[in-house]
Amino acid sequence: MINSITSLNFTKNMSRESWVNLLLLVVIVSVPIIATLMDEVYYVNLSTRIIIIAMAAVGLNFALGFGGMVSFGHAAFFGLGGYVAGIAAFHAFEGTLFLGLIPTSDQMLLIWPVALLGAAMIALLIGAISLRTQGVYFIMITLAFAQMIYYFSISLTTYGGEDGLSIILRNNFAIGNSNNPLHFFALCFFALLMSLWLSHRMVGSRFGAALTMAKLNETRLATAGIEPYSIRLVAFVVSAMITAFAGALFADLNGFVDPSMLSWHRSGEIIVIVVLGGVGRLFGPIAGAIAFVLLETFLGGFTDRWQLFLGLVLLGVVLFARGGLIGLMTGNARHG
Amino acid sequence: MTLALTLEQLLNGIQFGIMLFLMASGLTLIFGVMGLINLAHGSLYMVGAFVCAYVTGITGSFWLGLLAGALGAAIMGVIVEVLVIRRLYQRDHLDQVLATFALILILSEGTALVFGSQPLWLDIPSVLKGSIELGSVVYPVYRILIIIVGVLVALGLYLLISRTRIGMKIRAGENDREMIGALGVNISVLYTFVFAVGAALAGLAGSLVGALQSVEVGMGEPVLILAFVVIVIGGIGSIKGALIGAMLVGIVDTLGRVLLPSFFQWFMEPSAAASVGSALASMLIYLLMAIILAIKPKGLFPAND
Amino acid sequence: MVDSIMRIQKLYKSFGALKATDDVSLDLRKGEIHALIGPNGAGKSTLISQIAGSLKPDSGQIFLDGEDITQLSVAARAVKGLGRCFQVSSLAMPLSVRRNVMIASQAITGSSFRFWKAVESDKALIAAADEAIDMVGLLDRADEPASYLSHGERRQLEVGCALALKPKLLLLDEPMAGLGAGGSERLTGLLESLKLDIPILLIEHDMDAVFRLADRISVLVYGQIVAQGTSHKIRHDPLVREAYLGSSDLDVTGEVYD
Repeated sequence: MINSITSLNFTKNMSRESWVNLLLLVVIVSVPIIATLMDEVYYVNLSTRIIIIAMAAVGLNFALGFGGMVSFGHAAFFGLGGYVAGIAAFHAFEGTLFLGLIPTSDQMLLIWPVALLGAAMIALLIGAISLRTQGVYFIMITLAFAQMIYYFSISLTTYGGEDGLSIILRNNFAIGNSNNPLHFFALCFFALLMSLWLSHRMVGSRFGAALTMAKLNETRLATAGIEPYSIRLVAFVVSAMITAFAGALFADLNGFVDPSMLSWHRSGEIIVIVVLGGVGRLFGPIAGAIAFVLLETFLGGFTDRWQLFLGLVLLGVVLFARGGLIGLMTGNARHG
Repeated sequence: MTLALTLEQLLNGIQFGIMLFLMASGLTLIFGVMGLINLAHGSLYMVGAFVCAYVTGITGSFWLGLLAGALGAAIMGVIVEVLVIRRLYQRDHLDQVLATFALILILSEGTALVFGSQPLWLDIPSVLKGSIELGSVVYPVYRILIIIVGVLVALGLYLLISRTRIGMKIRAGENDREMIGALGVNISVLYTFVFAVGAALAGLAGSLVGALQSVEVGMGEPVLILAFVVIVIGGIGSIKGALIGAMLVGIVDTLGRVLLPSFFQWFMEPSAAASVGSALASMLIYLLMAIILAIKPKGLFPAND
Repeated sequence: MVDSIMRIQKLYKSFGALKATDDVSLDLRKGEIHALIGPNGAGKSTLISQIAGSLKPDSGQIFLDGEDITQLSVAARAVKGLGRCFQVSSLAMPLSVRRNVMIASQAITGSSFRFWKAVESDKALIAAADEAIDMVGLLDRADEPASYLSHGERRQLEVGCALALKPKLLLLDEPMAGLGAGGSERLTGLLESLKLDIPILLIEHDMDAVFRLADRISVLVYGQIVAQGTSHKIRHDPLVREAYLGSSDLDVTGEVYD
């Protein structure tokens, strides 16, 4: 069963999941293309929003779905990426220096490595401490660290504090025009594909085998001669980096970054998206993100109380449909 | 800072700690006995406050409102336990987190549907509005009431757990869930009872604080997080740990919020000092938790060591 | 010292007032099966946990092939050649037999921090795992999930996982538990065939298996080694009979009831 994640051979089980995955990709690409042809910019940006949120969930899915680490603080990395993009754009626009010392840039290709590196370092620190705990303590301590970073971001009055920071001019990418909605969509889509490909390869590698075992039976892993702690820490850091990348893109999409990107509510939402789609399923985050953003946009258009329905759907999934949406669509409901 | 001011803030810290204890004791009891993480606890706090405000509004009696708040939260707790929570006892923590997170959404939005998104009016009854002198400190009567209520609750819990038969079943249940079932204890009823007690305490806390601050949707969430910090610091499953942890968090947080901005004023201008100080004060509790967990990964007084 | 693969020296472990391990010393020699027996509550599991590394002793030392491993983690000891099988099977049930074993082969053939090459197509790794699987006679079940295996087959798989480490010794915690006569036979035969290459420290209650397999026996009572010697000597030691069984007749064919 786990084998099926790592190879695309057409056994009866796997075929269905591959087809579902392909379908999801086709849908998510066709919508913005058709929308552009019909001059409906709104739907292009909506698709981009879905892609980016899916990517944030891909990051979490790596730690949670494949590694079994229930991190309730991943919004911290999402926000971190966002703030790096935002602060860079801010200083580049104003012509000022970050901390009065360092010039920033409005080039995405320069901003992203900084965001990734920053997320990696913070995740290393948080992970090193948190992974010494287990179970509910781990959940709580990841939450606590995220809260710390949340309150820290509120204190950044230079960058808007609680009100957040506007990005007047979207950062630039080397190819194409980042202000063109379809170009930006393509950019984000490519980033999502890359993160999915990376996830896929890593899960199928030696590292992935160790990570899977860490999740299924930690004792067996240790008895087999591999330190669970080190494996988990690396997985945690990689997962943080992917989510941070998504955060940087999110900031540029919205032209805005604020502390709510780091709230624990947001962390909960990312977990919900992973679970809605199917924990540990490679394309789960895409299905989950589509469902979530559609609920948010269309149901939210009817009523401010749309999260009531999100809650009901989530409850239903947890109690009755444990394989998430992908599980439902492929007919095998299994829990991660 | 004068002595009077320090004492006043210390009392505020104790009062805050008491309120956290009311929340944390329920949480830790539920986790200790049923092994369940309940994120919806903050929503029960909110439900209590809303019921209290509503009943106080129509009867004019704050005391009735308080009672109604605790009872209302308990009833909601029973409903939630029977419909949802009892399916989660055998599940892993992720499922529990998700399901109770879903409950937060449902209860919050549900409350907004019923009562609207504006805060409800709840005021301290006039008989409790004054202040009294305690030595050099002039302290609000109402806050003293909260402290007294908290002490009474702590005492009551202690007596319940150590002196009654139900308490005995609870303690046995904390140690060995399978065994008490084998001994003929009705586990379903026991669990529902424990959940209801936890809910009632949360509802009581919400009602008491509602009169001090405001009664609005989402009021339980910041408190919930702090309550979790308290039980993690104190040791999950330990009521003693919840009490000590709550006092620690309440006092450190309150004093931190007062002292840190003042501290930063030594080398920053007032507005910068205020924001940096209050940001750091908010982070302080989490820092404390991280340090404690680094040294004692299961908290200060873990129930099963 | 005679050819000792493992030496345990003056191990102490207390839980509050309870002395679970009280001045325990024993060694495991090349080519032997050394059985550890004792009544329930004697501290056998605690001792095994300390040897394996999941529990730290209060004092004392453990040497593996002359090297002090007392401070090493479970994983580090495994890499040094300490293979362990659990009393309650510790397997990844949804994974195939092969995947369960491969993780051990992976540990001793280079780093696990390789992120790209697919493990499914790593022929060398698969071959190494299959070698161990074959040793325990499960090669025809290699692709099936561990959950499909019978209890006896899971015990075999556990041994296979340990063998994949190419261990210097095996630590077996009640391997016969829950096995019927046939399963017991098979496992006993397997262990006999292994002992020349890989010495075994065996905790067991099944006295049939013990007296058939063991070259030497140590008797643990209340955390202390009260007798230690060849299988023959221990079998006929009246003090052991009394302390362990509370009766004067140690019937070789009888099971020990706790």
